Amino acid sequence: MKLTTTVQKSPGFFTRIIERKWIGRGMLILLSLFVIYILAGKLIEKPTVFLQQVINGLQLGFVYALIALGYTMVYGIVRLINFAHGDVFMVGSFVSFYAISRFGIHSWLINLLPGIPAFLGLLVGTITVVIISMIVCAVMAFTIERIAYKPLRDAPRISLLITAIGVSFFLEYFGALNFVFTPNFISFQRPFEVTTWQLGKEGLTILQQGSTVNEGSVIFSNIFIIIVLASVFLLAVLQFVVNKTKVGKAMRAVAYDKYTARLMGINTDAIISTTFMIGAALAGAAGVLYAIAFPSIIFWMGIIPGLKAFVAAVLGGIGSIPGAVVGALIMGQAEVLSAAYISSPMRDAISFSILIIVLLVRPTGIFGEASREKA
Amino acid sequence: MRTYKILSIFIVAVLLLTACQTGGQTTAEDPIKVAILAPLSGAVPTFGASTRDGALFAIEEWNAKGGVLGRTIEAVVEDSQCSPDPAVNAANKVIDQDKVHYIVGEVCSSASIPISEIAEEKGVLQISPTSTNTMLTLKADGVTVKDYIFRACFIDPFQGLVMAKFAIGKGYKTAFLMYDQGNDYVRGLSEAFEKSFQELGGTIVGKESYTAQDTDFSATLTKVADSKAEVLFLPDYYNIVNLVGAQAKEKGVTAVMMGGDGWDSADLNFGAAEGGFYSNHYSPEDTRPIVVDWVNKYKAKYGMVPDALATLAYDATYLLLSAIEKAGVDDPSKVKDAMAAIELETVSGKITFDASHNPIKAAAVLQVVDGKIAFVQSVAP
Repeated sequence: MKLTTTVQKSPGFFTRIIERKWIGRGMLILLSLFVIYILAGKLIEKPTVFLQQVINGLQLGFVYALIALGYTMVYGIVRLINFAHGDVFMVGSFVSFYAISRFGIHSWLINLLPGIPAFLGLLVGTITVVIISMIVCAVMAFTIERIAYKPLRDAPRISLLITAIGVSFFLEYFGALNFVFTPNFISFQRPFEVTTWQLGKEGLTILQQGSTVNEGSVIFSNIFIIIVLASVFLLAVLQFVVNKTKVGKAMRAVAYDKYTARLMGINTDAIISTTFMIGAALAGAAGVLYAIAFPSIIFWMGIIPGLKAFVAAVLGGIGSIPGAVVGALIMGQAEVLSAAYISSPMRDAISFSILIIVLLVRPTGIFGEASREKA
Repeated sequence: MRTYKILSIFIVAVLLLTACQTGGQTTAEDPIKVAILAPLSGAVPTFGASTRDGALFAIEEWNAKGGVLGRTIEAVVEDSQCSPDPAVNAANKVIDQDKVHYIVGEVCSSASIPISEIAEEKGVLQISPTSTNTMLTLKADGVTVKDYIFRACFIDPFQGLVMAKFAIGKGYKTAFLMYDQGNDYVRGLSEAFEKSFQELGGTIVGKESYTAQDTDFSATLTKVADSKAEVLFLPDYYNIVNLVGAQAKEKGVTAVMMGGDGWDSADLNFGAAEGGFYSNHYSPEDTRPIVVDWVNKYKAKYGMVPDALATLAYDATYLLLSAIEKAGVDDPSKVKDAMAAIELETVSGKITFDASHNPIKAAAVLQVVDGKIAFVQSVAP
């Protein structure tokens, strides 16, 4: 007699590792411990310098957040990674350069009403420049969407992606022409003078140019304040538009199911165009803020920030608006803190490795939902 | 039949050409020919035009006072396009066809080095006015010196030494270095600065590298501010200087910025670089009589202030002609020894050559003040 038993074949060791994502989790835990160890050490050693670096990271992170939103919104609705987005950002910088250096738009109010306080005049002027950049970028995105993306609405997604890369190269090398933006580095004129404050035991004081920072004080500049305020304001407006308005509701409907949305009477083409325009307007604003913070512009300047913002969007969960902001702030901190405490040339490698490790554990990103594949 | 016809035409052509070439035997009355190889077209045509004008200026001046060794000097100008292939063609043409014994040029190291290989092999003396690559005067092993090759400009790392000396002279004791790890020019300057600054009693309080695509320097600049360094040495090109300078103002950095001739550009943002010092080959504002004289006569002829390229080409040609005169004979093998031992006051400083045929001379230190470039002083090594 033969005894037959059904033995449940236990899964192999490696299969188990892959299925349970041990590699990702293990690496994440090790990395977190390492990072916490290093950062805690630095925090105890020199708390003000550490705080200063966090401020630097915030400034960078908020600019990335504005760019990342464009990626995440367009992806959420048309499932397209719009690689031309970084170049729209570049155009935003150049538009503000021309607005400031050629046309002096930043001082229109001061020229109109000479008696007005310089602070108010420049504030209104700078906001005008930002708005002009946003409008130009939005119009450009509308044109790009109509010419390059709309005819491919029903084509395979990969064709759309390749078209996006093509548009990106077109914008870069069209911009590099001598009669467009020129192929040179252009030094950007800030619309206002830099003022730096220091916050410490003596309270809040203005740091005179050329004098050293008091011991134990952290410093921040008007550029930092403008970037943070402008970003938070634009994010709030976006959140309002998406969640509280009719257009926003339509956008969410199109994102959920394009075909059903059309059946319900939503003009999906118009909504998709609007999404592209809102994303591009945010990139345009980011372009101005970036150029103010890092005042040297060139036709390829959009590539690296665009890539980092894309990574931020993926990290936060592509398609999710709060995710893009959180992802961008993480990217900003990762970059600045690794430049400060690990190795400056390694900053990009380190921030991109964070992406890989997070995706190993959560392929949908921090705030991402499991993707709904539709037929 | 057809093949024979073509072949015979070819043979006749070759015979004719050789007949042409063997025709000219140099005599004492013939002019001394000097080739000027400059990039008159290609990537940097303005560099080429300045170089040609500077070199021709020197030749005209010498001819006006009776030439060299009692013979007139004839310039043979060829376009070498700042690129290896056209440079090799131009060098072969002037050596084989025009029978020159002396070459002034090229501007770009990428063209000067291939020319130097040919010149060294054929025993033709070459002096490059502006090629800074160390390999120009060295053979492929990087140690042996090419006998016939010289240059009139200082090599890159030398500027690091000059700036270190200048910084110590100004009473600065601590310095922070920022350098692009992927750029040999920047690294060379920064290493030379570090070495000389420490030898002269200064302290390097920090060193940070970056990559050429970086735009955000906030983390590094926060460290610079924290280190309380008196000097921030940043020997990169103007675009990086613009970025770092603009952000430094925002991060509470009080260190004085210093750099090398990469700063020398019309696109340098004077607001961002305000107060910074950099070294250059020469300054038209220098008050030494030889400089004043040169600037005036160049202005009278061309209506503009001579740039560094014209000045170095003028100096290179002057060095060459002085060496020929000193040797007393039109023979490159004698002239090269005279050149190696030369000591001459030129526009860009008093020149002697070191064992590697690189000049030892002063550099001009300039400062960005009130939105202008001002000459500060000339620093001898």
